[in-house]
Amino acid sequence: MAARLSATGTGNALELRGVTKLFGALAAISDITLSVRPGERRAVLGSNGAGKTTLFNCITGDFRATQGTVRFFGENISEFSAHERIRRGLRRTYQISLLFTGLTVLDNVYLACCGVSRGRFSFRRPGRNDALMSSAEDLVRVVHLEDIRNRVVAELSYGQQRQLEIAMALSGAPRLILFDEPAAGLSPAERSELIEILTGLPRHMGYIIIEHDMDVALRVAESVTMMHNGRIFKEGNPAEIEDDPEVQALYLGRGHE
Amino acid sequence: MTVAAQNDLGGRPEPRSGTSAAAGTVAVLAPWYERVPGAYWIVGFLLLIMPLLASDFTLFQIFGWTFILGMIALSLMLLAGYGGMVSLVQMTVATLAGYMIAIFGTSAITGISLGWPWWITIPLALIIAMIFGTAVGALAVRTEGIYTIMITLAIASAFFYFTRQNYVIFNGFSGFNGVLPPKLFGVDWRSAKAFYYLTLFWAAVSYFVVLYISRAPFGLALQGVRDNPRRMAALGFNVFAHRVAAYAFAALIAGIAGILLTWQSAQVSPGTGGIGPVIDILVITVIGGTRRPVGPFIGAFIYVILKTFAIDILISMGLSGDRFQLLIGISFLLIVFFSPDGILGLWDRWNENRRRDPLTGQAVVREGGET
Repeated sequence: MAARLSATGTGNALELRGVTKLFGALAAISDITLSVRPGERRAVLGSNGAGKTTLFNCITGDFRATQGTVRFFGENISEFSAHERIRRGLRRTYQISLLFTGLTVLDNVYLACCGVSRGRFSFRRPGRNDALMSSAEDLVRVVHLEDIRNRVVAELSYGQQRQLEIAMALSGAPRLILFDEPAAGLSPAERSELIEILTGLPRHMGYIIIEHDMDVALRVAESVTMMHNGRIFKEGNPAEIEDDPEVQALYLGRGHE
Repeated sequence: MTVAAQNDLGGRPEPRSGTSAAAGTVAVLAPWYERVPGAYWIVGFLLLIMPLLASDFTLFQIFGWTFILGMIALSLMLLAGYGGMVSLVQMTVATLAGYMIAIFGTSAITGISLGWPWWITIPLALIIAMIFGTAVGALAVRTEGIYTIMITLAIASAFFYFTRQNYVIFNGFSGFNGVLPPKLFGVDWRSAKAFYYLTLFWAAVSYFVVLYISRAPFGLALQGVRDNPRRMAALGFNVFAHRVAAYAFAALIAGIAGILLTWQSAQVSPGTGGIGPVIDILVITVIGGTRRPVGPFIGAFIYVILKTFAIDILISMGLSGDRFQLLIGISFLLIVFFSPDGILGLWDRWNENRRRDPLTGQAVVREGGET
């Protein structure tokens, strides 16, 4: 144990070494080496097809990486299945909302709370003072959905569904959350609400956020990783990335001021 | 939980009044007996006083058999409706439980039956049925869709041929006869009225337990696994374990039904779990509908009525009585043709249409009243 800890040394929340994912001959990501400190807030930028979502899938175990190791708070989780990684404090949201549309808002969050607790096999319906249900109520409040918590998810607006995704990622005791384009398709008003929710998260919860909207990404992140063609292209703080001429040429285009 | 809680996760939300959902905080709830829909009281009352109305034959043969087949189909409905896994092994699990009480308990085959008391044999039979169901589940959940059906059918056929050829334990072709329920409390449980209440009790228990867990974490998660296994894994659920657990629970229900079935006919033989009965359970479940736990019981009732009276109908029409399977097959085709989701689907659509304005087609909002 001690040897293993000293081998990783740094005490990072997340540490990737040479992570590669091949789909046949196509390398969706290749040789990604990345470390995220506990509580760090990181944005991942990159054009379509840069491998951002594949990177997320390899971290959470939706896909197993072809090569390389993934360490989560020092523990090698490369061979773990998705649910084992989630139970260790990793969370994620999906680019396309994957919600249970026939259930109410509260039940969706309740289900997320069950998944990371021992109550997941319970045959008992939640009672009036159910601990999981009350933590679900709290999370619904965090994402400002308390007024519609008994509404069926299918009736919610797109923006509300995105907020619900975030609430579900906050269930239990998350240590690192991966947000996959949470702002995509949101109105300007909903975007500022999203920024408020993200910046209002407790400091010990680190996150990695994939975001196309530079304004959102640079306001909610302390560090930025640029990806291009499945590789890490640049890393730095938001100001450096924004001013980098290569990044501007590659990603921001000429029209960006 | 509010009234807006649905029966199926993936399904479209039904056009409900919306008042309960929009109300936000739920006001003081009425006492539970006022919240139980009227239909439950009526059906429950009718079933309780049925022995006053019906003949012994109807009680024992029609209702007793309906409740038993309904329970086995209910175990399939749990797997197929909530879990998205069509298992053809439920009748086999029931048959196995029947064999176990015959082998460990008493039967006319005294050379094999061990004659142990009922309070050992019944739990033992259920545990063995659950172990078998769990093992089959662990194998079957590695497959999806048509392959699940094929692998469970293969196991069911293997069990059928094994019991037919094994004489040391299963007594081969003839199986066991004289398997009688214990005379508990001095009651002859095979008398029509007693057997009616015995099967009604267990059918009601299974029905309400399945209904109850459909909204408990286990049932919610099972429906979540059906709709989106990847998402459930990303919420920390072990999808494999959850599916296997559903098989184990379904095996318990099928096992109880299997014991009752063995007591009803006082015998168990390879034919009890033959390919015909195995398919019949699927037919019953599809006829009734897999959306809600009541479906399998509706399907079982229709099946039992057809099976019991088809011969009389055919003979009265001047046809040969041994073509009753044809009548069952045609009814099955008709129901599936007009309503792929069974009688329950027909009922739901009729209910929905009834709530529409016949001229505009708009949904008419009514206060409460619906189940």
